[in-house]
Amino acid sequence: MRSDSTLMVRVWRGGAEGAYQAFEVPRHASQTVLDVVTHIQRVLDPTLAYRFACRVGMCGSCAMTVNGVPRWTCRTHVDKAIENENEITIGPLRNLPVIRDLVTDMSGFFDKWARAKGQFQGGRTRHDDIARVSPESESRKLAEAGIECIGCGVCYSACDVVSWNPDYLGPAALNRAWTLVKDERDTAGTARLRAVAGDAGCHSCHTHMSCTERCPKGISPTAAIAGLKREVAKAALKGIL
Amino acid sequence: MLALCVLVHLATIIYAVRGGLTAAEILARTRGSVAWFAFYSLFVLAIVVHVPIGLRAVLGEWLGWRGASRDVVLFFLAAVIAWSGMRAAFGVFL
Repeated sequence: MRSDSTLMVRVWRGGAEGAYQAFEVPRHASQTVLDVVTHIQRVLDPTLAYRFACRVGMCGSCAMTVNGVPRWTCRTHVDKAIENENEITIGPLRNLPVIRDLVTDMSGFFDKWARAKGQFQGGRTRHDDIARVSPESESRKLAEAGIECIGCGVCYSACDVVSWNPDYLGPAALNRAWTLVKDERDTAGTARLRAVAGDAGCHSCHTHMSCTERCPKGISPTAAIAGLKREVAKAALKGIL
Repeated sequence: MLALCVLVHLATIIYAVRGGLTAAEILARTRGSVAWFAFYSLFVLAIVVHVPIGLRAVLGEWLGWRGASRDVVLFFLAAVIAWSGMRAAFGVFL
């Protein structure tokens, strides 16, 4: 039961195997889910493992599954989380191996980033002039739309294709690859297109748009992946893929 | 291409079936039409390309079926669709 002064919270404990543990937490005005988790760990059960850093919605470290939805817990108001429910259920992000409790192993997420050739590859040295890129150019505007990604993993957790296809590179890795495809300074060219084509790449996206719906930075990985599909198709038709 | 074929097919059927239609009446109109045979051959081609590719994704995601065996089975499915589709096209239009 929830009264106005306490909150019922269920938190995942354990690894891949485990169970939800119930806690009763004091309710305050202007309380975030991260506040709730912090209270549990500091006051009720110091063995709870969780991640956070900035606690002001900039770093993405506090991402967890709140009532079935991947969110930044520092930016999730308790009032919003319990809108249609009587209690809050907090678990680790989906689609990632659980280390313990609310902490996941994100190395696979970043490995896929590398496999999508999500690193900038430049053609100039420190002895060359600085590249002049117009912020008004079409390709720069498209790159800018996806450039603010901080690798929090919310989109990756929201994506059903990631859960159905373990090889799928995922929205974040593909979005980053797109920003580099649109970066006129980048020299990776068709090697990157080859990296994002195929079963593990952009063609497995079904345009569910869960990633776009959940991205806390307002990025649309769906649009980026659609762009990659077009670029890959063009390259394939030209025979250069 | 497939979307266009489906739309033309549906529109033609809806138009032709107004007021009821028997198989004999249909065949009386379609037999001997090389143009419609060509159109439906393209339709079969579009289906033969589209269905196995789509099914490949569904089988991989829902049954976890991956690897060469899936592709071999789907190749045979494509052949069956091509055979039955062209058989129908020959039967109706030529």
